[in-house]
Amino acid sequence: MVAPAEIPPLVQVRDLHVSFRTGDRIIRAVNGVDFDLVPRETLCILGESGSGKSVLLRSLMRLNPPRRTTVSGSLQVCGLDVEHASDNELSDLRGGAVSMIFQEPLTAFDPVFTIGRQISETIVRHDRVSWSEASRRALDLLELVQIPSAKQRLSMYPGELSGGLRQRAMIAMALSCRPQLLLADEPTTALDATVQIQVLVLLRRLQQELGMAMIFVTHDIGVATEIADRVAVMYAGRFVEEGPIGAFVAAPMHPYATGLLAATVNAAARDIRLKAIPGAPPDPSRLPPGCAFEPRCEFAIDACKTGVPELRNLASGRSIRCIRVGAAP
Amino acid sequence: MLLYLIRRVLYALPIALAVSFVCFLLVHIAPGDPISSIVPPDAPPEVVEQVRVEYGLDKPIIVQFGIWLLHILGGDFGKSLMTGRSVAQELSSAVGNTVILGLTAAIPAFTIACVLGALAAWWRDGWIDRIVGSVSIAAVSTPHYWLGIVLVITFSVFMQWLPAMGAPPGAASEWRFEWDHIRFLVLPAITLAIIPIGIVTRSVRGIVGDILNQDFIVTLGAKGLHNRTIVLHVIKNAAPTTLTVLGLQFGHLIGGSIMVETVFAWPGTGFLLNNAIFQRDIPLLQGTVLILSIFFVTLNLAVDLLQTLLDPRIRRHPGQ
Ligand SMILES: Nc1ncnc2c1ncn2[C@@H]1O[C@H](COP(=O)(O)OP(=O)(O)OP(=O)(O)O)[C@@H](O)[C@H]1O
Ligand SMILES: [Mg+2]
Repeated sequence: MVAPAEIPPLVQVRDLHVSFRTGDRIIRAVNGVDFDLVPRETLCILGESGSGKSVLLRSLMRLNPPRRTTVSGSLQVCGLDVEHASDNELSDLRGGAVSMIFQEPLTAFDPVFTIGRQISETIVRHDRVSWSEASRRALDLLELVQIPSAKQRLSMYPGELSGGLRQRAMIAMALSCRPQLLLADEPTTALDATVQIQVLVLLRRLQQELGMAMIFVTHDIGVATEIADRVAVMYAGRFVEEGPIGAFVAAPMHPYATGLLAATVNAAARDIRLKAIPGAPPDPSRLPPGCAFEPRCEFAIDACKTGVPELRNLASGRSIRCIRVGAAP
Repeated sequence: MLLYLIRRVLYALPIALAVSFVCFLLVHIAPGDPISSIVPPDAPPEVVEQVRVEYGLDKPIIVQFGIWLLHILGGDFGKSLMTGRSVAQELSSAVGNTVILGLTAAIPAFTIACVLGALAAWWRDGWIDRIVGSVSIAAVSTPHYWLGIVLVITFSVFMQWLPAMGAPPGAASEWRFEWDHIRFLVLPAITLAIIPIGIVTRSVRGIVGDILNQDFIVTLGAKGLHNRTIVLHVIKNAAPTTLTVLGLQFGHLIGGSIMVETVFAWPGTGFLLNNAIFQRDIPLLQGTVLILSIFFVTLNLAVDLLQTLLDPRIRRHPGQ
């Protein structure tokens, strides 16, 4: 990949914190995330359920519920300061330069509008073309994502399509205004294994053809190796390890990342003993003062309990948030 | 689709038949011998017997029902004992009056309630929501007769702006949308509308709130759609359920008119029904109850069909 210094980044996130007020509790979903993404690059975000992956992705488009959400840090997406942008600037960005694919295509479509109408309305909104022109383009898009008998599907309701076709239609909708950045929140998790691979291959091909950058959330390392340039492992709202996918899969460094890799079936297939990480992630409304993984970590020492470790950049282009790695092991 | 429509109408027929049988039975369920309300108490037994045969009261009940039904289908509801005019005549003017009152109450009330409920849901937990919430609870718990009396005392007795009761000459038959006519409707319409306003507001808030909580609303935002387009999506999603609520509430509203028409002496079906009950005017009572019941059966059917028509998912595969 191209070094970040040469091309201005498409996404620049600095010290991002996102929390929600619910009743009397404050849920700290994202607790200091930094990263850059350059055009055409794919970053995979890996992590357990509840680690804040979706919240992070949504905050890139300011899609978290506005009245309950507190955001701090800086967020530049496609040249827009997302947190301080006006509603108009933001809605021009959404679905235009940046678009999103959701995990569950059934609930992400409006059930009472046809697929064609839902794709067309995005095109009409951003490109100001006529409805007939928009629905012609919607047809092209359905063909682009290889939906069979696309013309009939245009006039179907989401409930009338299979899961795989629905997700293809969702991808078509996300691509409808040629975004520079595609945010994909576990786009294949709700699908059967064989359909998963088809959709993944399709996404990768389209990403290369259309020259998009992509942030791809998943908790499946197999999926990450298929599609990612770089990978970030998220735990309790922080990146604990970040780096190129090849180096990461070959030798994960953070104890949590090591555990995550050892807990996948892929690892088992390569004769590594399959084992689950003991314990459970911390409650996001009561995070420990030190390293969030410390209570579950077999290498923890007393120093881990005092203060959250910095994300340190290593020479190899990787970075890690653990005081024990790289220090005397 | 057409088949489905026909099937639904056919399903409604036995219900209508059962309802009319119950109406017919009213004569026999009501305490006292129906004859006693027709003939004077001191009539000689032969006369009573003659009247019994004349009215067909000596035949088996199911035969009586058959005869009665044939007459009804021919438009003959019998004669009112009270006025001597035909029940059909009494009913046609009363139905017109009730329809005018019902629509005058329902159309503005439902419009206001839908808007308020939707606003409350859109700004959930905001100040609009709190105000709308408390107002609608107050509205739901207001008794008709109490509100009617308060309104009459305020606007008729003290301020003398509006008539306390009655109808303009001719009422429905010569109805015009002019102040001289409308002013008779203001107080009864408000009284009638108050509870449905509360219920519809709360239901619409719930319906719209549920829709706004669904995932696809986030998708619409993520596509950069303007709020006005999102509102369009919400309306189309909310329409079928809201319509059901409105239909049911229109039914309740007409039911409430029995009370309200009596309080305000508005000559509609409710007023007629009340008079018929107190005067033991059995043919009139039967006719009025039958018309009201058929109205409810038809209303339910209409609501069902309209809901089907409005929901594209059901429209394409009806009856699933
Ligand atoms: N709108 C919200 N209001 C309150 N809490 C929220 C909200 N959205 C997310 N959270 C909380 O933030 C935390 C992180 O949630 P998030 O959805 O980002 O997890 P995730 O990593 O995407 O998990 P999954 O793999 O299950 O999708 C969770 O504890 C969740 O309950
Ligand atoms: Mg998620």
